[in-house]
Amino acid sequence: MAEVLVYVDHVDGAVRKPTLELLTLARRLGEPVAVHLGPGAEEAAPVLAEHGAVKVLAADLAEFADYLVAPKVDGLQAAHDAVAPVAVLLPSSSEAKEIAARLAVRVGSGIITDAVDLEAGSEGPVATQSVFAAAYTTRSRVTNGTPVITVKPNSAAPEADPAAGTVEPLTVTVQESSTGTRVTSRDPREATGRPELTEAAIVVSGGRGVNGAENFQVIEALADALGAAVGASRAAVDAGWYPHSSQVGQTGKSVSPQLYVAAGISGAIQHRAGMQTSKTIVAVNKDAEAPIFDLVDYGVVGDLFQVLPQLTEQVKARKG
Amino acid sequence: MSLRIVVCVKYVPDAAGDRQFTEDLTTDREAADGLLSELDEYAVEQALQISEEADEAEVTVLTVGPEDANDALRKALSMGADKGVHVEDDDLHGTDALGTSLVLAKAIEKTGYDLVVCGMASTDGTMGVLPAMLAERLGVPQVTSLSEVSVSDGVVTGRRDGDTATEHLRAQLPAVVSVTDQSGEARYPSFKGIVSAKKKPVESLDLDDLDLEADDVGLDGAWTKVEDATERPARTAGTVVKDEGEGGGQLAEYLAGQKFV
Ligand SMILES: Cc1cc2nc3c(=O)[nH]c(=O)nc-3n(C[C@H](O)[C@H](O)[C@H](O)COP(=O)(O)OP(=O)(O)OC[C@H]3O[C@@H](n4cnc5c(N)ncnc54)[C@H](O)[C@@H]3O)c2cc1C
Ligand SMILES: Nc1ncnc2c1ncn2[C@@H]1O[C@H](COP(=O)(O)O)[C@@H](O)[C@H]1O
Repeated sequence: MAEVLVYVDHVDGAVRKPTLELLTLARRLGEPVAVHLGPGAEEAAPVLAEHGAVKVLAADLAEFADYLVAPKVDGLQAAHDAVAPVAVLLPSSSEAKEIAARLAVRVGSGIITDAVDLEAGSEGPVATQSVFAAAYTTRSRVTNGTPVITVKPNSAAPEADPAAGTVEPLTVTVQESSTGTRVTSRDPREATGRPELTEAAIVVSGGRGVNGAENFQVIEALADALGAAVGASRAAVDAGWYPHSSQVGQTGKSVSPQLYVAAGISGAIQHRAGMQTSKTIVAVNKDAEAPIFDLVDYGVVGDLFQVLPQLTEQVKARKG
Repeated sequence: MSLRIVVCVKYVPDAAGDRQFTEDLTTDREAADGLLSELDEYAVEQALQISEEADEAEVTVLTVGPEDANDALRKALSMGADKGVHVEDDDLHGTDALGTSLVLAKAIEKTGYDLVVCGMASTDGTMGVLPAMLAERLGVPQVTSLSEVSVSDGVVTGRRDGDTATEHLRAQLPAVVSVTDQSGEARYPSFKGIVSAKKKPVESLDLDDLDLEADDVGLDGAWTKVEDATERPARTAGTVVKDEGEGGGQLAEYLAGQKFV
């Protein structure tokens, strides 16, 4: 059966959820072969196997951490050349997109980024994308080389389908030109204790209407009651009220949760670009004319400082 | 020696306008007004700051696009760039990211460079892959997605706020850099800048000038094909209530009904 390469996104062997989604999508195209670069392949293997990886090709070189992106392209290319897959799938993180881009140039393949769905087609995989701030849905395919496709988080529900997942060493030669950009220091992002923004089933976001860093407590309290991640509009981030890593939108994270709650956010096109594909959208805004109300399944015109605490209390009460 | 900086800027349909597809499923460049991609203004800004710090520098803005893309160059020139290069050719219509990176790489090599500065992504295609492709094609270091960048003594350093960590990076020139919208607000063109931009040189290049063939690029040269594009149905109008003191409770009721609580 045809093999499909899946690039594993992980932190020291802790596999991030979008990779499990990729394995699920990969099975529609063939047998998933995971490519694990960096430390922790043995820890990652059981999870990858559980989700259908027949093999885990692993390489752990210091260069992967010491230099930006390019050594990982050497790693993925080695796997590509060893397996001759029918497609290469990567998550749509900014780093994985760059790896995909360089691999596509090197192996002479077309590339599709930010797919939200993937299916087998008679002429190769067909990728669904959501474009122009989700105003259009397109279906595209690669017409030359091995399709290289990056897929957005939350594009599929990870399904277990146990396979062997045997770890096999992958021989990688790092090119001289791949060690041009040295990573001189790396500070891991501090864990918030809340779900990862792009992976969360529920996201509660605050905007300029929150009016101050300390007021974000109101947003966090609702998020915690719902078990949600916290997001922010660019206006809130630019004001310094919340970190940029929580920004939702065109130049922040793109989210597609089951439920998105926007509080004190007007709904500018650049914000919509990052949340418009959410399944259910709820907004609280004191301006009845705010464009966010065009998107909502349920909206409340009112002061978020009245509405959110009441909502938080009732959610807690219902959850008992 | 003068520091030669090339800034890649894209002319895009205005996101606030009505963006559409044409019949051949390429971006409709008539339906919405075009402008210099806002995210590339940050690239121009950083290039100008780097040039101001350098003893001697020249900033060239480069675009691949239709005739109107000249507007994007003029805007960048009015911000303070020194000269423009416009790659324009009828055969470029429908070029994909790989093709665009090929054309840009050829044009950058022809222009001569020590530093290439890009935006983090174009506001229409939003792929964010071009800078990495350029580094690959030019065979130089990739120093991308920077929220802070500086150049001194032939070395570029920068800060990259990644998904799981913040990284500090360092590379020798020549290199390809891309900057995010966190890198610092772009300046507005001054009146003087706007006037002088009209006199700044813009070189026009076609595929022949870059030793490229028509079938290397364009719709026929593209390695991806859009099969269909459908307008997303407008979201069905939801319920909007006015808070009369019970708004939070009503919302809780709704969320419970949808099984979120
Ligand atoms: C190139 C580019 C990229 C961008 N990228 C992004 C991006 O990634 N993400 C993003 O979010 N934006 C982005 N923007 C910015 C975007 O255009 C908007 O400026 C931004 O989203 C506005 O944020 P906001 O809705 O919080 O603020 P505003 O538009 O000011 O809206 C605040 C809202 O809060 C309401 N409000 C005020 N007080 C209360 C209260 N007490 N109770 C209830 N409601 C209240 C107001 O009625 C108003 O509707 C980008 C812009 C550009 C040009
Ligand atoms: N047609 C183009 N002409 C010049 N520069 C471009 C073009 N397309 C993309 N770029 C550059 O590449 C960056 C990333 O674009 P993209 O990968 O298309 O999202 C942009 O911010 C520009 O700096």
